[in-house]
Amino acid sequence: MRYSGLRVFAQGLTGNRGWTPAWRQPEPKPDYDIVIIGGGGHGLSTAYYLAKNHGLRNIAVLEKGYLGGGNVGRNTTIVRANYFLPGNSEFYSHSLKLWEGLEAELNYNVMHSQRGLINLFHSDGQRDAFVRRGNAMLAQGDDAVLLDREGVREKLPYLDFEQGRFPIYGGLYHPRGGTARHDAVAWGYARGADRLGVDLIQRCEVTGIDTVNGRVTGVQTTRGPIRARQVAMVAAGRSSQVAAMAGMRLPIESHVLQAFVTEGLKPVIDHVVSFGMGHFYISQSDKGGLVFGGDLDFYASYAARGNLPMVEHVMEAGMTLMPMIGRAKVLRSWGGIMDMSPDGSPIIDRTPIDGLYLNCGWNYGGFKAVPASGWCLAHLMATGAPHKVAEGFRLDRFRTGQGLMDEEGTGSQHNLH
Amino acid sequence: MRLACPCCGPRDRREFTYYGAADYLDRPAPEAGLDAWDAYLHLRDNPAGKTRDLWYHDPCQSWLEVERDTVTHAVHSVQAVAGRHA
Repeated sequence: MRYSGLRVFAQGLTGNRGWTPAWRQPEPKPDYDIVIIGGGGHGLSTAYYLAKNHGLRNIAVLEKGYLGGGNVGRNTTIVRANYFLPGNSEFYSHSLKLWEGLEAELNYNVMHSQRGLINLFHSDGQRDAFVRRGNAMLAQGDDAVLLDREGVREKLPYLDFEQGRFPIYGGLYHPRGGTARHDAVAWGYARGADRLGVDLIQRCEVTGIDTVNGRVTGVQTTRGPIRARQVAMVAAGRSSQVAAMAGMRLPIESHVLQAFVTEGLKPVIDHVVSFGMGHFYISQSDKGGLVFGGDLDFYASYAARGNLPMVEHVMEAGMTLMPMIGRAKVLRSWGGIMDMSPDGSPIIDRTPIDGLYLNCGWNYGGFKAVPASGWCLAHLMATGAPHKVAEGFRLDRFRTGQGLMDEEGTGSQHNLH
Repeated sequence: MRLACPCCGPRDRREFTYYGAADYLDRPAPEAGLDAWDAYLHLRDNPAGKTRDLWYHDPCQSWLEVERDTVTHAVHSVQAVAGRHA
């Protein structure tokens, strides 16, 4: 069923009795050309682009829980393309362009809102770093505007400009940055893939990956064995467990990243704003809740919930930056499980096993990457060659030391990102 | 989360700095080769469940090997790295 304003109107006049499910609930077939492990944002977008861009149809997405029940529903919904390093920069630039056409592409309202993102800086050194980053963004063909203190005050008058401890020197404004409705992205890709014939199989946990003579032949699942010529592991948050079924150890350590939402308030924060002197970033959802997050708890965890010290840090940073939010009541918090790679950049690559592909290591940045990640993994699987904007996301860069993409400049080591 | 430092007793998580998996205790020989060093520096079992990792207790400056659960955050044991093979 194609969605349109006219259909909403017609359904509204006839009691909304004509809506149909957005996707089928197929039984798994014994044999597919391609099996994708993981029905989150990345797995669903991979399936969609395999079908849409490459004409492949005999595809299954296997999800152990429900579609979009993992990290795609556990983030702060920020979409941006403000990366600095070659390798990352063109990839996220490509992703943002896909976001800009996504609703028309999917015929689905993902509530993509390019409200602008402002990264604040608080010292001369930080200003220099942001000027450099802004130039890299412009060189990539994206947008960046350096705001001075008064420029920031014009857009964000509610910040605490008068404090002495972390004075606001200005901000790097990325007008095309913004947010999107996280669940809707998964649902939109799921519906799009389903309409192209992809089988989306929920409550189907992969329990083994079959290989013969170094070549993948299929998977074992809780709903029986499934043969496949190509298998993609797209299970960020559980990548190490999935890869272990293929006998692989990954350069990944899983960490928990917390986020929070307040009660609904009237519109007060029009942009996405990040603090430069502590980990704090905030936007306001369409329901009015202030959605904000901080840094990792900084120890390996799969708990999907964090500890109190980071809660305290995030609240302190928020109060330092914008004291007006102190009266807002926090409704709930959640934690996403981050695949942390040693250099802080992701992996989209083949594996040493023929026909087995890997998409993992999204660190803090998986949500905005959803369209390009699927686009590039689909390209790799269908053509056998990496897409030119994802050539750098190699699995072996840690082993060889070549092509590390350490965006933070802290080193390629697990505890530094 | 609280960790029981063998020197200082149970202390708040904020007194500790996480370093990483206990793999870091098994440093390969300099000539051990690329695979051994790749495994030591980068590759991790990264278990969802019982794990062993290294923490530093800032006040008493001792390195600790902690056995804990990454899903429940339960702490099973904490022992000092110094003298662990004694």
